[in-house]
Amino acid sequence: MLIRGKALKYGDHVDTDVIIPGVYLSITDPRELAKHCMEGVDPDFPKKVKKGDILVAGINFGCGSSREHAPIALKECGVGAVVAKSFAAIFYRNAINIGFPLVECSDAVDEIDENDEIEIDMELGELKNITKGKRYKITPLPESIKNILDLGGLIEYVKSVKGSE
Amino acid sequence: MGRSITEKILAAHSEQGDFKPGDIIDVTVDVLLMNDITGPVAVEVFNKMGDGEVFDKDKIAIVLDHFTPNKDVTSAKLCKTMRDFAAAKGIKHFYDAGYGIEHVVLPEDGIVKPGDLIIGGDSHTVTYGALGAFSTGMGSTDVAGVMALGKTWLKVPEQIKVLLVGLPNKWVSGKDVILYVISLLGTDGALGKSLEFDGPGAKHLDMDSRFSICNMAVECGAINGIFNFDDVTKEYTESLGLKDFCEYRSDSDAIYKKVIDVDLSELEPIVAMPHLPSRGLPVSEVNDIEIDQSFIGSCTNGRITDLRITSEIVKGKKIHPRVRGLIAPGSRKVFAQALKEGLIEIFTESGFTILPPGCGPCFGGHMGILAKGERCVSTTNRNFIGRMGDKGSEVYLANPAVAAASAITGKLTHPSEVI
Repeated sequence: MLIRGKALKYGDHVDTDVIIPGVYLSITDPRELAKHCMEGVDPDFPKKVKKGDILVAGINFGCGSSREHAPIALKECGVGAVVAKSFAAIFYRNAINIGFPLVECSDAVDEIDENDEIEIDMELGELKNITKGKRYKITPLPESIKNILDLGGLIEYVKSVKGSE
Repeated sequence: MGRSITEKILAAHSEQGDFKPGDIIDVTVDVLLMNDITGPVAVEVFNKMGDGEVFDKDKIAIVLDHFTPNKDVTSAKLCKTMRDFAAAKGIKHFYDAGYGIEHVVLPEDGIVKPGDLIIGGDSHTVTYGALGAFSTGMGSTDVAGVMALGKTWLKVPEQIKVLLVGLPNKWVSGKDVILYVISLLGTDGALGKSLEFDGPGAKHLDMDSRFSICNMAVECGAINGIFNFDDVTKEYTESLGLKDFCEYRSDSDAIYKKVIDVDLSELEPIVAMPHLPSRGLPVSEVNDIEIDQSFIGSCTNGRITDLRITSEIVKGKKIHPRVRGLIAPGSRKVFAQALKEGLIEIFTESGFTILPPGCGPCFGGHMGILAKGERCVSTTNRNFIGRMGDKGSEVYLANPAVAAASAITGKLTHPSEVI
């Protein structure tokens, strides 16, 4: 999977309440959720994000509630991947389950500036900052989790388990 | 090599017995929880997963508590989705709107027990660790997976131990212990780790305090918070008449990545300043901050002990004219008990509004929403930007005694100042 886009940079502890505020949780339509994505820190976010753009953030991205609405809203907005120094545990699982790529890479985060052109090759395990001319290795996913992703997410995984029972 | 209580419970629920931190293991699930926010999304995903058979209709709990009583047509639809699903699948533990908050109800009704492995579609599922159980929150797709298979994968966490010593002062409760620990660790200090509370001080923390502590373990990134089974747990299980559960305690030679010492006798009530739960300061250092609203309730502090402490503070006093005082008992049972003890009368005479049991105000869902520039002292668990309303509003997290005292004076206040 090759993801390419401009970097949109935010800070540490971007929580699920700012990604999608609680008042919108009665919405289940991803397109409606996307309209309020990142409203807590950047109300213009849905307008400025272009398909494939990379959200870049610091530590503990996605901390807070278990709401899957958060990665759903980001994905539906067109965000290609999130590159952060670390991710909260529940957010990380939620993203994998819906096939939304996350990349943990502290060095890259430190050296990426807003609007840098970024390319991520998930197969090669490499992140390129095209603007700065720099390359970074991405830590590969554990085998059993990669298996879920390779099958296309948890829905297909469960189907395969049920089928083999 | 010894094992911690968390490792023992994981081992009892996994075929991969010989694991170490960082390993990914499959575990079986004793109880699966959903609510009216994460549930409808999980049901939609579940319906795409195949034959429509749930793993065990007696091991699934559905609690409608977030946007209830229904705040609008959309939320009414979400609740109806869950009501219909529960009826169609014959879900045994279905709690309709108004019954209470999931994390208050499940222990209270004996659905979750010591030694269980519990997965919930809500981050505060960590609450049940107070019982000596392993419980953690997940998102809707994971919940759907558990609903279909009765199992899930977990990354075995490293362990952090919080060693409690000393006797807490009068107005210090579990909330202050966890706000203090989070202030030491930071909101990612226990990321993906297990947070175990142990030591001679633990016996001074009653079950309601332990629920508050484990409830907020997720606010420093922990995958679970947990207490060892002890006399306090035993007394609690006896009071509920619980049977068929497992008592686990950590071995003395279990391995911990880190040990944090907390002397309960040195703590004073803590207030977590906006906009992170880790910004905890002793209330005496911040007592000039004026507030517009005081909210007492939630899965963190909506239990009977919390309401008793509140009544002790506000009895015979009026709340400050500028302050809206809101109290939401955590469940119908808590409400009934408070009514029986005369607490509700004390609250209404003081000028508090009693809200129905539910999560509404805590996550800015409905009821008690804040306008720009407003400040709320709240017994809830998160104070992120916009958590309870406008993104220009502020939430100060505190224990019920501080929230009650602050409602009386109109500013953040140490409880001893109003007694």
